Amino acid sequence: MTQLDDAVLLEKEDRAGPLRAALSSQTAGPLAALVLAVVIFSATTDSFLNAGNLSLIAQQSVVVGTLALGQTLVILTAGIDLSNGAIMVLASVVIGNLATDGNVFGALLAGLAVCLVLGLLNGVLVAQFSLPPFIVTLGVLSVLTAAARLYTDSQSYPIDSAFLTALNGGPTVGGVTITYGVLLWIGLTAILGYALTQTAWGVRVYAVGDNPRAAALTGIKVKRVLLSVYLTAAVVYAFAAWQALGRTPTADPSGYSTANLDSITAVVIGGTSLFGGRGGVVGTLIGALIVTVLANGLTQAGIDSLYQQVATGILVVIAVAVDHFVRTRQTR
Amino acid sequence: MTTDVVLQARGLTKHYGHVVALDNCDFDLRAGEILAVIGDNGAGKSTLIKALTGAVVPDAGEIRLRGEPVTFRSALDARRAGIETVYQELGVAPALDITQNLYLGREQRRKGILGTVFRKLDKPAMRRGSARQMADLGIRVQSIRQKVDTLSGGQRQAVAVARVAAWATSVVIMDEPTAALGVRETNQVLRLIERVRENGLPVVLISHNMPNVFEVADRIHIHRLGRRIAVVEPGRTTMEEAVAVMTGAKQPEDLA
Ligand SMILES: Nc1ncnc2c1ncn2[C@@H]1O[C@H](COP(=O)(O)OP(=O)(O)O)[C@@H](O)[C@H]1O
Ligand SMILES: [Mg+2]
Repeated sequence: MTQLDDAVLLEKEDRAGPLRAALSSQTAGPLAALVLAVVIFSATTDSFLNAGNLSLIAQQSVVVGTLALGQTLVILTAGIDLSNGAIMVLASVVIGNLATDGNVFGALLAGLAVCLVLGLLNGVLVAQFSLPPFIVTLGVLSVLTAAARLYTDSQSYPIDSAFLTALNGGPTVGGVTITYGVLLWIGLTAILGYALTQTAWGVRVYAVGDNPRAAALTGIKVKRVLLSVYLTAAVVYAFAAWQALGRTPTADPSGYSTANLDSITAVVIGGTSLFGGRGGVVGTLIGALIVTVLANGLTQAGIDSLYQQVATGILVVIAVAVDHFVRTRQTR
Repeated sequence: MTTDVVLQARGLTKHYGHVVALDNCDFDLRAGEILAVIGDNGAGKSTLIKALTGAVVPDAGEIRLRGEPVTFRSALDARRAGIETVYQELGVAPALDITQNLYLGREQRRKGILGTVFRKLDKPAMRRGSARQMADLGIRVQSIRQKVDTLSGGQRQAVAVARVAAWATSVVIMDEPTAALGVRETNQVLRLIERVRENGLPVVLISHNMPNVFEVADRIHIHRLGRRIAVVEPGRTTMEEAVAVMTGAKQPEDLA
């Protein structure tokens, strides 16, 4: 009957596939905002719209943008990760220190191990002990900020390994460098986007963030899903550490001190709900670009960078208001 | 005879400290019937349902499914045996669409390498399945791709019922499925419950709403102080009598 006609119709729609999924309503808003910002800055400044500047914007977005991918996973489960920047910084100073021996590959693996151990710690405290993610990751942030300085004796390590800074290089097309770091960022977004929208794991991540009790009643192992999210995010943070070493070839224990909040900003502007269950990584990629475009464009227009913070703040409030509207539209 | 009894319990007992939630309780559900369970608040109805569905392990007593003794150590055990439950709290994820809700925890993957290696979901197959299920139960929605939060309360509960009806092979249990609904939506869910019975599954319906119970139930299990004190049929017993027995104002032996 009508339902079956529907099903046939829907199947056809589905063949339009990943593109349609990417442009689903949740990313349409952020994408429109990004396009609008690009159009405005292109029209009002001479120096904004050129391949070199656009490439720079992508490169400037990469570290926070990658951190924000992991942050998205956590926020989708109605959590928050205040420790992601600190995890990345600790990993990068561990890599920087160990790389002084020359074993750069081992150093990078050690950085990954640091991220995984800390992701496991966050995950166990949140999933197994049911502690609030805000408090857990605030505590871990505090400890790690000190730990990174104690570990390095407040020194920073210069990075001179070509392997560790490799992500800042890349092929040059038409005079513009497309860095491996940017490609890695896009690749990670694609992989996580696939996992979230095309696999059962993804559906369960959304379900756990949306209604954990209902998820548990359907037999989903909520704790296991939460743990997998914090561990996956940790792997993403390790990539962010590698990218950070490429962007600025020094492992500095006091660097990236606001990256945690910046990553949350990107996630929220990208349309992911802080209450969990709604959003996705494509939106986050767009969100991170929006923040950089604002900073870059306002600078090109000769406007005080403080206004960039004002503009970002306004966007965050708009994003949260839209989310609130979406979540309450049918609640009676 | 016990041949047409699908789910049976004898002597179920469950203590919570000093509270006796179930006191040597019996239970019988026959094939093809809607059995209502009524009782005062705190009488032990929810505990009985939890014991029957593995959510609670009783201290004593035995449960038989189609005559075979069964021991459910978890809700998953009961589900594997084909017993599906709509719990009192609404069991849907509003940010997910109807299909995702119907298949939550039981997602289907693509055949071949896409499914085994890339873990890709078979969304078309799941959409077909959920469209068929919604049509079978006569639930009308604009699209099975609709997010559940765009549905009315009654439609949401319908999705929860559709899910259990889709996966149940033995018994469907519903704990107060209409408690949060208005009159019109309650009627929709009652029609749905009848539809589930017509499709061949026996239904256990816990409800406080006497008119509803007398409207749809084939038999009524009256629960009081942790045990079954009477089973009545709507045609033979009045609502007033059932309530009197339920509250202890009347002894079951005094029923006509
Ligand atoms: N998890 C529990 N812990 C302690 N007491 C409980 C628990 N569950 C139920 N009870 C008690 O058992 C009795 C029966 O409860 P319940 O089965 O929920 O009744 P009903 O569903 O009929 O209202 C009540 O006195 C209740 O307080
Ligand atoms: Mg109850």
